[in-house]
Amino acid sequence: MFPTVKKAFGILVMLFLIAPLAAILPLAFTSSALLTYPVPEWSMRWLTELVTEPVWRRSIANSLIIGGGTTVLATTLGTLAALGLRRYSSLFAGVLKTFFLLPMVVPAVVLGVGMQVFFVHVGIANSYLGVIVAHTVIAMPFVYVSVSGSLAGIDPRVELAAASLGASPSTVLRTTTLPLSLSGILSGAVMAFATSLDEVILTLFIAGPHQRTLARQMFSTIRENVSPAIAAAAFVFIVGTILVACLIMLVRMRTGGAMQKSVGPGIS
Amino acid sequence: MTARLGPHLKASALVLPLVLFLALFFVWPIIAMLKQSVSDPVVHNTLSQTSAIAAQWNGKAPVPAALQDALVADIRATTDRQEMGAVVRRLNSAKSGFRTLMRKTRRAIRKTDGPINLGEVDKRWNEVAWWHTIAQASSPYTDRYLLAALDYGRDKHNQIVALPEDASANRTILARTFVISLSVMLSCLAIGLPFAMVIASTSGWLRNVLLAAVLLPLWTSLLVRTTAWFIILQNNGLINSALQALGITDQPIPLIFERTGVIIAMTHVLLPFMVLPIYSVLLSMPGNLMQAASSLGAHPIVAFLKVMLPLSARGIASGSLLVFMSSIGYYITPALIGGPSDQMISSVIAFYATESANWGMAGALGLVLLSITLLLYVVYGRLSAEKKGVA
Repeated sequence: MFPTVKKAFGILVMLFLIAPLAAILPLAFTSSALLTYPVPEWSMRWLTELVTEPVWRRSIANSLIIGGGTTVLATTLGTLAALGLRRYSSLFAGVLKTFFLLPMVVPAVVLGVGMQVFFVHVGIANSYLGVIVAHTVIAMPFVYVSVSGSLAGIDPRVELAAASLGASPSTVLRTTTLPLSLSGILSGAVMAFATSLDEVILTLFIAGPHQRTLARQMFSTIRENVSPAIAAAAFVFIVGTILVACLIMLVRMRTGGAMQKSVGPGIS
Repeated sequence: MTARLGPHLKASALVLPLVLFLALFFVWPIIAMLKQSVSDPVVHNTLSQTSAIAAQWNGKAPVPAALQDALVADIRATTDRQEMGAVVRRLNSAKSGFRTLMRKTRRAIRKTDGPINLGEVDKRWNEVAWWHTIAQASSPYTDRYLLAALDYGRDKHNQIVALPEDASANRTILARTFVISLSVMLSCLAIGLPFAMVIASTSGWLRNVLLAAVLLPLWTSLLVRTTAWFIILQNNGLINSALQALGITDQPIPLIFERTGVIIAMTHVLLPFMVLPIYSVLLSMPGNLMQAASSLGAHPIVAFLKVMLPLSARGIASGSLLVFMSSIGYYITPALIGGPSDQMISSVIAFYATESANWGMAGALGLVLLSITLLLYVVYGRLSAEKKGVA
């Protein structure tokens, strides 16, 4: 009796976890103006609206601009800090590491109120710069954690070997350390982009009407006039996530191959 | 010495940009928010002469002539109507009647350039109470927002008292936030603990599939997941259509804009945070413990209670804390799936900040939410540090 119960329970929970995500996808292709099943006819109506309707088009462009800016800024800052702190385990370094993770903990609404007050004060409210900076604050911890993790996985002897063969510290960094931690940097960058793409709350507080992102547009569409366009947007979100993940795998595989060649066999 | 300083300098140069960035765009905004919760600059800035003299007044009758003259001078000097309007609103919110009193006084002051006896303009100016209100409001700092965030206020003797029940609902909302978070935590535990045990008891591809089922939602956008639940929980959504098709109900069961819907959706969103910590603790446990217990004659339920539960307690505790900590700050899911009576503290903060421009209240409630979250985070940090120490 026990294994049957276990199996049934496992299947039910899996269904609970995955079914909602699966249920939203077909509605992106409904011909109806309602977000309901059964779907009367399949159509590209709502995906077309996403790319032709100025509001949606603009919001997709904004998401790409802001997501791109956030990715560059968060990846740079997070990677530099992870490189700087990698060999330290003092109390002070521990405090700094905790400090870097704190933006993940502070409730977004609290941060949003503070940013709204402060950004108006310094004159970057309602600007792309303001939104990118805000997204970077909450996206950076993912980069920091991911890069620190991959740096910790590097065998220190490899870098010592490079240095003992006459490589200057900057050459070691360029030819050994960075290539070996590339997968961590890339996953961090992807997570930073995903965080920015999904961010609603800070955007709600500090973005003006010109910086409406796709997530923000979805949020207000659900609140004001529900239409299958949100299912289409969700479809774009999910497909986008999968595409980016595949891209990263591809890059990782290729650089992995290059790394093998440059560092030599036996190190993976 | 310089040889040892070199690498430190380089490390500092690498870390510094992020430290400066966070100090400017993370710490400063939070300080700005906290400052809003205690600042009350309106009267202090506009009635500046009055404020300076009021600070030195001992509060006893008779009202000093200098204070009266300063108020007349301040009112005369303030030509900006909006600025004066803000002062009147601030004073009237502390003591009703100030609106009419100030209107009358300003009219009298506008008529003449000479000295004015305020007591003759309105005899209320002879009472100390009105001046006390001005004196209290003239400090640039206030605790009234912080008190109001917990449904307290000050009476006319400046004593802290509970506000009447219809005047404020913040404690109700705080209690509701705790109740919803606790329900979400418990339902995550009820599903997550057995599911983590199921995953830990499998191996090979089956375990990978089960883990992927936990990780996939974690990787999907929160907004997409909330949207999905919005579609499913609708009155003509999948759940209600299925129930009606099966003949279980005739009428759609209200799920959307209801507490049930909020808890279901939040449980779905936060379940991975419960499953993963418990799963990682279970993994470090020898797999044959339950078998050993039952071979010694323990009923499976007894074995679970006496062996499995105590050993996985740490994972349960960190998972529960993580879920609870995340859910008290939730905004998007209750905002989209909940009704008006399911809004949590974050929604109230957002309302004060974006819709009524009441920065003082937004800041004060933000401080309450921030303190609770950080407190839970410290406990969580202790817990995971201990775990490392044991292992």
